Amino acid sequence: MNPFSSGTRLRDMIRAIRACKTAAEERAVVRKECASIRAAISENDHDYSHRNLAKLMFIHMLGYPTHFGQMECLKLIASPGFPEKRIGYLGLMLLLDERQEVLMLVTNSIKQDLNHTNQYIVGLALCALGNIGSAEMARDLAPDVERLLQFRDPNIRKKAALCTIRIIKKVPDLAENFINPAAALLKEKHHGVLLTGVQLCIDLCKVSNEALEYLRKKSIVGLVKLLRDLTNSPYAPEYDVSGITDPFLHIRLLRLLRALGEGDADASDNMNDILAQVATKTESNKNSGNAILYECVAAIMSIEENGGLRVLAVNILGRFLSSRDNNIRYVALNMLMRAMALDSQAVQRHRATILECVKDPDASIRKRALELVYLLVNENNVKQLTKELVDYLEVSDPEFKGDLSAKICSIVEKFSPEKIWYIDQMLKVLSEAGNYVKDDVWHALIVVITNAPNLHGYTVRSLHRAVQTASEQETLVRVAVWCIGEYGDLLINNAGMLDVEDPVNVTEADAVDVVETAIGRHSSDLTTRAMCLSALLKLSSRFPSCSKRINDIIHHHKQSLVLELQQRAIEFNSIIEKHENIRSALVERMPVLDEATFSGRRAGSMPNAVSTSQGAPPKIPNGVAKPVSAPLVDLLDFSSDDIPISGPSGGDFLQDLLGVDVSPTPLPGTNQTNKSGNDMLLDLLSIGTPPAQSSSSMLDILSSSQDNQSSGDLLGKLSTPSPSVQTSSPVASSSMMDLLDGFGASQSVPVAVTNGPTYPSVVAFESSSLKVTFNFSKEPGSPQTTLIEAQFTNKSPNMYSNFVFQAAVPKFLQLHLDPASSNTLPANGDGSITQRFRVSNSQHGKKSLVMRVRINYKANDKDVLEEGQISNFPRDL
Amino acid sequence: MGIRFVLMVNKQGQTRLAQYYEYLNIDERRALEGEIVRKCLARNEQQCSFVEHRNYKVVYRRYASLFFLVGVDKEENELAILEFIHLLVETMDRHFGNVCELDIMFHLEKAHFMLEEMVMNGCIVETSKANILSPIQLIDKAS
Repeated sequence: MNPFSSGTRLRDMIRAIRACKTAAEERAVVRKECASIRAAISENDHDYSHRNLAKLMFIHMLGYPTHFGQMECLKLIASPGFPEKRIGYLGLMLLLDERQEVLMLVTNSIKQDLNHTNQYIVGLALCALGNIGSAEMARDLAPDVERLLQFRDPNIRKKAALCTIRIIKKVPDLAENFINPAAALLKEKHHGVLLTGVQLCIDLCKVSNEALEYLRKKSIVGLVKLLRDLTNSPYAPEYDVSGITDPFLHIRLLRLLRALGEGDADASDNMNDILAQVATKTESNKNSGNAILYECVAAIMSIEENGGLRVLAVNILGRFLSSRDNNIRYVALNMLMRAMALDSQAVQRHRATILECVKDPDASIRKRALELVYLLVNENNVKQLTKELVDYLEVSDPEFKGDLSAKICSIVEKFSPEKIWYIDQMLKVLSEAGNYVKDDVWHALIVVITNAPNLHGYTVRSLHRAVQTASEQETLVRVAVWCIGEYGDLLINNAGMLDVEDPVNVTEADAVDVVETAIGRHSSDLTTRAMCLSALLKLSSRFPSCSKRINDIIHHHKQSLVLELQQRAIEFNSIIEKHENIRSALVERMPVLDEATFSGRRAGSMPNAVSTSQGAPPKIPNGVAKPVSAPLVDLLDFSSDDIPISGPSGGDFLQDLLGVDVSPTPLPGTNQTNKSGNDMLLDLLSIGTPPAQSSSSMLDILSSSQDNQSSGDLLGKLSTPSPSVQTSSPVASSSMMDLLDGFGASQSVPVAVTNGPTYPSVVAFESSSLKVTFNFSKEPGSPQTTLIEAQFTNKSPNMYSNFVFQAAVPKFLQLHLDPASSNTLPANGDGSITQRFRVSNSQHGKKSLVMRVRINYKANDKDVLEEGQISNFPRDL
Repeated sequence: MGIRFVLMVNKQGQTRLAQYYEYLNIDERRALEGEIVRKCLARNEQQCSFVEHRNYKVVYRRYASLFFLVGVDKEENELAILEFIHLLVETMDRHFGNVCELDIMFHLEKAHFMLEEMVMNGCIVETSKANILSPIQLIDKAS
């Protein structure tokens, strides 16, 4: 005997595995067993192949790889004995990993077994084909299966019927061959054959209209009679389930009738009586009876209009809904969803009960009920239903709050009769579940608030009140901080009082307190803190008396380790201390946000939207000042371009702010300066990471400002950033220096770059979903050749696969691409792909590099193509 | 196709039988089983027998220390599946005589044979216990 073929019996192996105390021990046992099984397989040791396969099945069930056993299955299937074939087929069905080669190898064995004289072996082959058959196998073996549909033994016929389902699903063209044999099965007596025959007809109707028409014409009468006989049949012990004969067959028959009646008035007419009979006569005190009633209701809902039956069906659902059995209530809710489409009035009658189900302790029922309530809401009942849901939000389980608040927000947005009600409801939701709502919800709220000028005072006062009690809800705090920043003065002087309000007594210091608490809270995240800083800047102008205190708070954050906060603090601090004259103009109230733009953008950012790059052409920073983008948009982290800026003289402010003396030589670039001045202003006000397109326009300036030692006093507090750092730091600090240095330098861009072989990295391409950064280096001795390392970062929440980057250059350039580091790009910037390539410039010194790029990838199973031109290469590459 | 998988899991969450009617690789299966089992085991007796998970609806029922979980698609009749689980247990009871976890573990292939006689390609083939068990009894007699 082979020393490797382990003698352990299956039983002993299972015992050994059960005795393992840790996962590591279990792995060790499994590894040992697998090793001996592999050895036995490679030694061609057949003595134990039966047992080995049984072991492999157990190991497979535990979740270990067992692919090496597949060929062993084939050998067993090919062996003559029944027990070997039995286990071989079972192993094949369990262990198969959809490798087509293995399936091809097994086709022949299955074909032989389908023609075997032993009917049990025929059954095995049918079962295997039905469970794992591929399209090729279906084509090859369909004639055999068709023949077996008429086999003498019903146990073969029933398996052949299910096998046929697999075949017509894989190859719908074959369906027509099976229509007649399938219809013949409906005349059988054997329950198994009937059950599978009916199922086959259901599936035939799905793939073939011809079958549907044929069965409508020929079979409805027979099916109705079959169902009637079954309903009235006397006790049949073998198929009885708590007093009902074969509920499974009942259900399948009802389902086939439903398929036939759907969209056909005549067919529906023919089955009305029997459906009414089933609906009224079926016992509803047992699960089996309820299962039939449930299916019957589904059939009634689907077939063509019959008022009387519909009433019957809705009544049954009403009874289900008031049942004490949770399973029955669950299916009732499920079916009422479907009933909504047909007869919403009838469902509305059960509204109170359904609302109770939303509060059920059972999560499955709650979820169903909530979906249903969502459908029930209309203009008339929105206030009442929302109140119920919001009240429940207070006491609901934490894990349910996310779903519930999302639904409430959606209802409120969809049906809100007036803005004040909308704001009220949203504040309630944010106070209760502010940590569960998504960003677009509070963004939308701010948009609505800015669009309701008469409610600004009311809103900011409500928010101030709410934030006192629910200060742990992050999104509430954000909205409150933003509103206090914008409308702080209305909070203090009780402006725009509504009749429903009581006057409040809030001092300027109180308002600042709120923001100070928010910024100091440990749980506050970067966005909240950044918003707090912006709000403080605004308040410093609105509340001159608190200006000193605010400046202290801001000053404190100049030491923040978070770059964004530090940058803001430094900028704001310098505005407060040095630029008193323009501060009030800088922090003027935000212009009204355009609701249409926002909702359009929101719709565009839906996860299912097709390629985002088509909607919004990627913006390619190319060193030239880009069109002005609205500060507010940045503030809310929207990246839309088409909101007009409020202050027409942004550039002037900026020049004041920075104390820029107008450009020494009036070049054509002056105009450009003003524009990039606007960009600066945007940066100054923006929350979130500074958008790369606005900052990269400063990159050139950055390099020049190193030569130019005229940095302002604040620059001393920063270490001089190295231009080759490629993360956001050069971007951020360049805008910083820009703030300090002004634009004098921007005219002298070309001067800067001669000082060495290092070049600043550039953001070569950026869209809403992707960012590409280029790092440059030169090989010593060949100034014409530039080595570029491209780094791709995914900005979307979806992983990209099949990522391919292509580039094309004009004739005077030569391009050589190296392979990329990977072709999958993890989501959310969590990793990147790098790809190196080399560009030789034959007109070095005369022309600078340009390049067209095309990027292909698959996101969410959709192919996405992004294209663009890169012309912001450093000048003398 | 209604039934997408059948699982038998003990109270500790260990899988005792797993049959899938659609292809999932090992990692997907392990993850799916882990998530579903955790969800179902956390529920109490009073709660309903249906849990929605990803795009499956899981119908489960507990018999002593063993959970039977059946994953179906959204269209399937949940109550009928509940009835099917009961039929499966009754069939195993008739064969093993008061079936328990160990019977299924040590006779995994027989449990699979029974399931194979009852479900094929996600559809129920046979509901008569005698018809289901007769081929299995034949093998027993032969060996």
